[in-house]
Amino acid sequence: MDIETIAKKLNLKVSSASDRLKNNVTGGYTGDLLSDVMANSHEGDIWITRQVHQNIVAVATLKEHAGIILVNSCEPAKDTLEKAIQEKVPILISDLPAFELTGAIYNLLGKKD
Amino acid sequence: MKLSDVKEILNADVIVGTEKLNMEVKTAFGADLMSDVLAFAKAGSLLLTGLTNTQVIRIANVLDIAAIILVRGKKPQPEALSLAKDLQIPILTTKYILFETAGRLYAKGIVGCLEQVEDHSAHN
Amino acid sequence: MVAWNKLKITVHTTETENYLYTNSFDIEGGNFSKAGTIATGIKSILKELGLPNDVVRKSAIVSYESEINIVSYARKGIITLTVTPKTVEIDVTDEGPGIPDVELAREQGYSTANQQIREMGFGAGMGLYNINCYSDKFDISSEVNKGTFLKIIINIP
Repeated sequence: MDIETIAKKLNLKVSSASDRLKNNVTGGYTGDLLSDVMANSHEGDIWITRQVHQNIVAVATLKEHAGIILVNSCEPAKDTLEKAIQEKVPILISDLPAFELTGAIYNLLGKKD
Repeated sequence: MKLSDVKEILNADVIVGTEKLNMEVKTAFGADLMSDVLAFAKAGSLLLTGLTNTQVIRIANVLDIAAIILVRGKKPQPEALSLAKDLQIPILTTKYILFETAGRLYAKGIVGCLEQVEDHSAHN
Repeated sequence: MVAWNKLKITVHTTETENYLYTNSFDIEGGNFSKAGTIATGIKSILKELGLPNDVVRKSAIVSYESEINIVSYARKGIITLTVTPKTVEIDVTDEGPGIPDVELAREQGYSTANQQIREMGFGAGMGLYNINCYSDKFDISSEVNKGTFLKIIINIP
């Protein structure tokens, strides 16, 4: 499933890299501690977080995430946005809290036992 | 659903609170940042987190959290464990990551909880 | 552990106000093991005084954030709780580095937290913002290399 589909189904606002919405999402990772995300997330994950500082772009680039979704309507910091545009990392925004958004995306991706 | 159902859905181990598995839970909040938990988590909710320190237990106590679900196979630190036992706050641990844990619970009907912060400044 | 259940409630009258309860609590900077005990105690006191649930919750949250700030950044501090018939007042005084730019510190996401603090799940830069959101009046003053003073008031409906 690509980011565009997820964005449409869940009413996400696109903040950066609207030309990368066809990035394929193969899994998801929800977390706010960067060391944890670095250690445990995978390439192709959509990363769900409320961290808005510019380090999130570095992490997403390094781990080759499909994109980042900020929860609770958090807006990326100004330098985060600039970096994301530069690095072509899609950042989207949801007004849902992490639990709800994660649940919705998990089920959209059709994860089963 | 009951906490015992949560245990089944997440293939979880009960670290504290085997006597509380009959407790009803309806909502959940997932976070690794304590300020968010303080601001948003509702009383009676499940807290899904990867943090294992005493702070998590104290915050859970202050907010009347129903139970803590530690994700990614985490276990509470020794001081946190004894505090949780003293305060009788159930702790379960699951090997699933937060993404999967939330996904599974959501699929079975647990909903998110969001106490709207009263806005004293403009929210974008 | 403090025996919070041995409270006596007496109405005091001073020249300026009636108060139902007042007490001060010392906090040691850097002691993350104990961090949160004062906030927990304040919550118990307010519950025992029979205050409405949302007043108790807001007070617990602002106390917690204040206590964590002292532990995270100051050498030591004192939280003073005063309950009047109409308000919960929480005064927070610390000795520490102070805050050079208070307005900046009040913004969401601004943090000077070190790695240790962040790994514990704090340092998201939401502390003062949360205190502002959960109080009815919040004043803050600070002097670099001396310390910081918070005055937090929560109204009792």
